Amino acid sequence: MLDMRLYSYIWKHTRMQQAWILVIVALSMIPYFMAFNLPKDIVNGPIQGAGFETPDATQVFMRLSVQLPGMSEELLLFPGIPLDRLGTLFALSAVFLALVIINGLFKFYINTYKGKLGERLLRRIRFSLVDHILRFPPSAFKHMKGAEIASMVKDEVEPLGGFTGDAFVSPAMLGGQALTALVFIFVQSVPLGLVTATLVGLQVFIIPRMRRRLLVLGRERQLTTRQLAGRVSEIVDGIGTIHANDTSNFERADVAARLGRIFTIRFDIYQWKFLVKFINNFLASLTPFLFYSLGGYLALKGHLDIGQLVAVIGAYKDLPGPLKELIDWDQNRQDVEVKYQQVISQFAIDGVMEPEIQAPLANPPALEKPLAAVSVGVVDEGGGTALERVNLSIDPGEMLAVLGAAGSGSDTMAEVFARQVWPSSGRVTAGQSNLLTLPEAVSGRSISYAGAESYFFSGSVLDNLLYGLKNTPPKQENPSPHPMAAWQREESRLSGNPDYDPEGDWIDYAALGLSGREALMQRVYEVLDCVDLTRDTQDLAIRSTVSAADHPELAAKIVAMRSLLQEELRKRDLSELVVPFEAEAFNTEATLIENLLFGRVRPPAQMADILADDGFFQRLLKSTGLFERFTLIGLDIARTVIGLFVDLPPDHPFFRQMTLMTADDLPTYQALVQRFDNPAAAITDGDRIMMILLAFEYIETRHRFGLVDEDLMAAVVDFRRTFHESIPEDLLHMIELYNPTRFMDSGTLLDNVLFGKVSEKYRDGADQIRAVLISLLHEIGTFGEVLNIGLNFDVGPSGRRLSPAQRQKIALARALVRQSDYYVFNRPLSTLDSRSQERVLIAVLDRWRKTGQRPGVLWVLVNPAVARHFDRIAVFSDGRLVEEGSFDTLLERNGIFKDMIGS
Amino acid sequence: MLLNDEVKMLRQVPMFSGIAAAKLKLLAFTSERVAYRGGEVLFHQGEDGDAAYVILRGQADVLVNTPQGEVKVAELSENSVVGEIAILCDIARTATVRAVTPVEALRISKENFCKMMMDFPEMMFEVMRVLASRLSQTTAELSAELAESRKASAQGAH
Repeated sequence: MLDMRLYSYIWKHTRMQQAWILVIVALSMIPYFMAFNLPKDIVNGPIQGAGFETPDATQVFMRLSVQLPGMSEELLLFPGIPLDRLGTLFALSAVFLALVIINGLFKFYINTYKGKLGERLLRRIRFSLVDHILRFPPSAFKHMKGAEIASMVKDEVEPLGGFTGDAFVSPAMLGGQALTALVFIFVQSVPLGLVTATLVGLQVFIIPRMRRRLLVLGRERQLTTRQLAGRVSEIVDGIGTIHANDTSNFERADVAARLGRIFTIRFDIYQWKFLVKFINNFLASLTPFLFYSLGGYLALKGHLDIGQLVAVIGAYKDLPGPLKELIDWDQNRQDVEVKYQQVISQFAIDGVMEPEIQAPLANPPALEKPLAAVSVGVVDEGGGTALERVNLSIDPGEMLAVLGAAGSGSDTMAEVFARQVWPSSGRVTAGQSNLLTLPEAVSGRSISYAGAESYFFSGSVLDNLLYGLKNTPPKQENPSPHPMAAWQREESRLSGNPDYDPEGDWIDYAALGLSGREALMQRVYEVLDCVDLTRDTQDLAIRSTVSAADHPELAAKIVAMRSLLQEELRKRDLSELVVPFEAEAFNTEATLIENLLFGRVRPPAQMADILADDGFFQRLLKSTGLFERFTLIGLDIARTVIGLFVDLPPDHPFFRQMTLMTADDLPTYQALVQRFDNPAAAITDGDRIMMILLAFEYIETRHRFGLVDEDLMAAVVDFRRTFHESIPEDLLHMIELYNPTRFMDSGTLLDNVLFGKVSEKYRDGADQIRAVLISLLHEIGTFGEVLNIGLNFDVGPSGRRLSPAQRQKIALARALVRQSDYYVFNRPLSTLDSRSQERVLIAVLDRWRKTGQRPGVLWVLVNPAVARHFDRIAVFSDGRLVEEGSFDTLLERNGIFKDMIGS
Repeated sequence: MLLNDEVKMLRQVPMFSGIAAAKLKLLAFTSERVAYRGGEVLFHQGEDGDAAYVILRGQADVLVNTPQGEVKVAELSENSVVGEIAILCDIARTATVRAVTPVEALRISKENFCKMMMDFPEMMFEVMRVLASRLSQTTAELSAELAESRKASAQGAH
């Protein structure tokens, strides 16, 4: 649990270490003061000659003796070595050097230790914060912005770590120094001591109070910047909505206003800060003024001797430094205290789950039966009633369909069973126990949930599919781990972090009834089939770029498949769908540059690099006359495109369909075309290259401007021949040439098998070819490997690289891969068309019948007609359960259900 | 067929005949040129409508599924527009369109079609005009049919 005050938190977790560091600091004072005294000894002794009045005089060096109580003589520990003047000089200098090193080492140790202390505490705080987030009740998240919370965990607690090391050490050290100086002044002269103490007291009293306003401002600044972070992330997340509503300027205004507020606060801070600084400096210099005037007066009157005055002024020199640091430290203390409380107050939320609920359990007991909602009511954020006194139970093995329009309570019911929403009244029970007080290891594993919108974590499709299985912390197999790992483990313990290995295998195969990883993959394939994802996964695979080095066998098989595919297409009368790459022929479906190179640019190289000034490629283009021809083609393209698009606003969706030029390029090319049209303008090769780059992306069959004729095609193929004969080594690194017997690393699997281009013309071409390709992959036995490549597809942030339908199917699959007693599905397939929805639903129910697994199922349906596949139907309306019974009984009843079916 | 030829073809389609050539060219450019071989299907009845098609070359049949099987309700040839209803009112395809001979068509996506109408109100007006005339034609046919059937039933009563 987090303490409300930073100091008690620091003390609770680091008191032993704080005490240790204080002892070390005290010890470090000894060599520190010795080093202070030494220069005086060196100067007075060997240099100025005190004690070395005669040339052969010696001094005893390093004599150590102790005066013991009750003994008249000293106990001699070390008799010392007699040394002459030079010898003493070097010996004392050597001691000085040694003290410098010892001081340095002390400093090194203390700083490292303080740093470590701070980092541990920071780690502890951050972990506790995230731990809290994981235990928040679901309703808490309705008020939170992810980015704000993230910036608290990431940035706002950061200074706490730095402060921890100084929390006790600094005041002890600085206070000690200031006190020593003050006592010294008192000893010299009581009136001057009183003056000093008064002024110091004034300073210590006033300055922190004045600075308090700075802290208030700082807090305000922190809040506004945090809100700014939240707004920026809202803009990023809602960018589509912003564009669609043309509210970008509204967002700009909002951000500008927030920045203005931050500016005002900052400006206020500066004004105060420097005012405080001025007063502080004034008070600090007031003291010497009083010393000179008052002290001088006292000395003149004979109450104080000059020596004492000089000593007081000397001692005072040591006072402002520590004092200023102490005041700064105090400000820092208040600052971090405020920051800490700020953060903590955000995390002090009612209803945070007890840590025991989430504690890992090795062999969680099964959920008691049945699962039942007992008089459950849910009041939503706006105070509206989402559910009202609903009693509904799911028996083990029973398939329950839930119907009702959005907002009828059907969705909420499912969310309540899945613990996504906590009931405001009543409760959900499993047997005799309240579902919410059961450990999540029991409830979370016994109930699987998939809703219409499920979250996707960054990673691959497979990572997301298996996410629901990662319930069991991996065993620590290695009793004597690598020293580094052992150290890591010890450090996590010291910061109160768990030391589970996230890279380990978190899947408990035995609990899933599986023999191991391979059996699990079989289940994954089976579930993919069940939710109609196999095809999507294959599609992802054949569109993935795979390197031959990672999959050498597959690459070889793919290359071998090229001729098989062509033959198969010929057999099925589909050959005109693909235009294969042929070394001696122009490919009408490929871009001009692809035709010139007969290959493609290897990322990260870019076409502009290859075409660079006076390189081989450019020279060859010029010598074949293609440089000029392509410039003219580019010019034609630029004219046509400008003519088509010039009147459209830059964010017009039509620009997205245009592959040749972006909206930003348009003005550039407009200016270029004007230059080309102006006979007086000097046109550079750079201008020409701009046009050529435009021409390179042109495909006659797609763009249909009528710019490529037979003659040009022949010239391009001729160029290709010369190019290949004389291509220099460095270009070969940037270009991957098409070779019918080699795998292309820069192409997708599909590109590799096709070794050609799918004709743009045939709309269904790609689909038909894919079907042929997949059946071929089956035949040559690479199906599993290809599926695995698809499963390794990176889903992108929040799964954005997948289609909504794919996301829903994967979320459903993620639930199905688990082995649960209950499955709660909340319109899990709403983005699919109704035919596919029913197909998947039937496949899912059939799979359970086939495997003999008889879970309890609660399925919120979009289409009431499919309810006939279920044992029992519950119909919701206005937050109430209005009808309940089997398909046939409800149909006879002439109630809402019959209306639903009828409509 | 080049972009300019497509524009000429589009001009002969009543729905587009009143629209300036430059805008038609933009429409043609942002549309896909697609080809189907005889027997291939442009779209199936019941699918979500995501595009309209302008037949540039070839012939196609419009087929409707009935309990008695597939029934041909219309024939399409050059310059016909098909599938625009589904994208205008967001309903599933009401019929299947299958190529009889090799067909080349311009596929205008829903997004582009709607955007064009927003940007160029004259096009919206043309579309409305065509739809309205089609509606009045259908209404006329329907009332003729109704009159016919009434006559038939009246005769039957005698």
